[in-house]
Amino acid sequence: MNGMNGMFAIYQRELLILRKRFFRQLASMSVSPLLYFVAFGFGMGRGVMISGHSYLEFLVPGLVAMNSMMQAFAIGSEINISRFYWHIFEEFQAAPVRNISYVAGEVLAGITRALFSVVLILAIAALSGVVLSYGLYFWLAVTLNSFIFASLAVGLAMLVKSHADQALLTNFFITPMAFLGGTFFPIDRMPEWLQHILIVLPLSHASKAIRAAAFGDPPPFPSYLLLAALGAALFVLAFRCVNSARE
Amino acid sequence: MIRFENLHKRYKRLEALRGVSLEIAAGEMFAYLGPNGSGKTTTIKILTGLAVPSAGDAWLNGFHTEKESLKAKRQCGVVHQNINLDNELTARENLNFHGKLFDMPRKERIRRIREVLEYVEILDRIDSPVKSLSGGLKRRVMIARALMHSPKILFLDEPTVGLDPAIRRRIWSLIKKIQQNGTTIFLTTHYIEEAEFLAERVAFLDEGRIVALDTPQNLMDTMGAWALDRVSGGGIESFYFRDRDEAKRRIAEHNEGFSIRRVNLEDVFISLTGKKVGPQAEDGG
Repeated sequence: MNGMNGMFAIYQRELLILRKRFFRQLASMSVSPLLYFVAFGFGMGRGVMISGHSYLEFLVPGLVAMNSMMQAFAIGSEINISRFYWHIFEEFQAAPVRNISYVAGEVLAGITRALFSVVLILAIAALSGVVLSYGLYFWLAVTLNSFIFASLAVGLAMLVKSHADQALLTNFFITPMAFLGGTFFPIDRMPEWLQHILIVLPLSHASKAIRAAAFGDPPPFPSYLLLAALGAALFVLAFRCVNSARE
Repeated sequence: MIRFENLHKRYKRLEALRGVSLEIAAGEMFAYLGPNGSGKTTTIKILTGLAVPSAGDAWLNGFHTEKESLKAKRQCGVVHQNINLDNELTARENLNFHGKLFDMPRKERIRRIREVLEYVEILDRIDSPVKSLSGGLKRRVMIARALMHSPKILFLDEPTVGLDPAIRRRIWSLIKKIQQNGTTIFLTTHYIEEAEFLAERVAFLDEGRIVALDTPQNLMDTMGAWALDRVSGGGIESFYFRDRDEAKRRIAEHNEGFSIRRVNLEDVFISLTGKKVGPQAEDGG
């Protein structure tokens, strides 16, 4: 079988479902960024300045990093539902589709969801009067961040044995990272001992790269390299995990 | 042709399959009959790539299910025990997705979707969302989906479970029609009458082992042709006879409230295993 066809079949199915749920998905993707805008952005006011930018300007790239992570990781929940609830995963398993095609299709779907959510945030930001620079490096950083978390989600979705396991992983890894990965506050304002921990988080590097691109600062290439390397490693790991889903 | 040798499957402490071997000829309708937890679904999962055998080998039309898994998967269509359709999609979209997974060109997919839905007699529901269909119609969509890529082997895992008797009979007619077109059919069931009506050969599976293998008629002939049942000690006691007259003589001799009926596969299964196989043991197999 042509591997690309298998990948596109998986990807197109996810897009078709996304299209069917478009308005529900749009509403669900808008809620949390809107809340963060109101609570942190407007609540803290434009008076607070961080590195020469208003807090709202500082917040937008952070929300982009956080939401692209969350939405890319959410592909894991979709896979779980198809595995444990609808049993559609059995259809993939019984089809002549290579594991690599399956992983690539799902990761691509995760990235697409993430990019869609980012466009939504930028639209909300624009409506609030915040327009930053969204050039090539900005989208590259967003895509790499989404690639990492979609790959991680697909790998974990193959390993978990229930919905509850998936929720546990989100609570212990994704939620803390969402708040501490340089999204709402600069990492250098944290205690020094905590900075040593936070700097190893992929989201910290994604926030740094996305923010630098959005502010028109020089790109932090080591962060880009690290994100690309981690994404590639997690993609390979996800591929290796597919067989674990077989009984 | 389906062939498997010495298949074993162990789930932690549970030994689901204990060395089963079978050979099913091309075009044959074969039924795998057994009660809850006997290993029926596990066998299908191994043959279709959903489970890895702990030991043993299997081939579908000569392709090894592990070493040549992609080629082996191309040989077969599967109707799983669970309704595993995309509920939010229509029948057409579900079948189209299946066609893409099997690398079918667009034109062929379009033609084949109509063809198979017509074949299972639900072409009029082609654009209905699956969630709006009844259980029987969903089963038919699943059968149509399994036939999309024109497989030479069709696995049906409890294809009529949970359906009412009238719908069940319609599905049986459909299965017969598919087999008449030359498809090899491997059917698991715990409905005795389903195996009797459909199968050319039957294997009885109990606790992961095949305990009998023959045509339904040969298996039933080992018991006799007629059975007398009587209620005894809270259960039903059965007696078997070669012919009806012999059974009637027994009724005349002992006026004990016997009821007379034909021997069925359930009688054979009980005589071999001491267990019932019927629907009182709703199955995960």
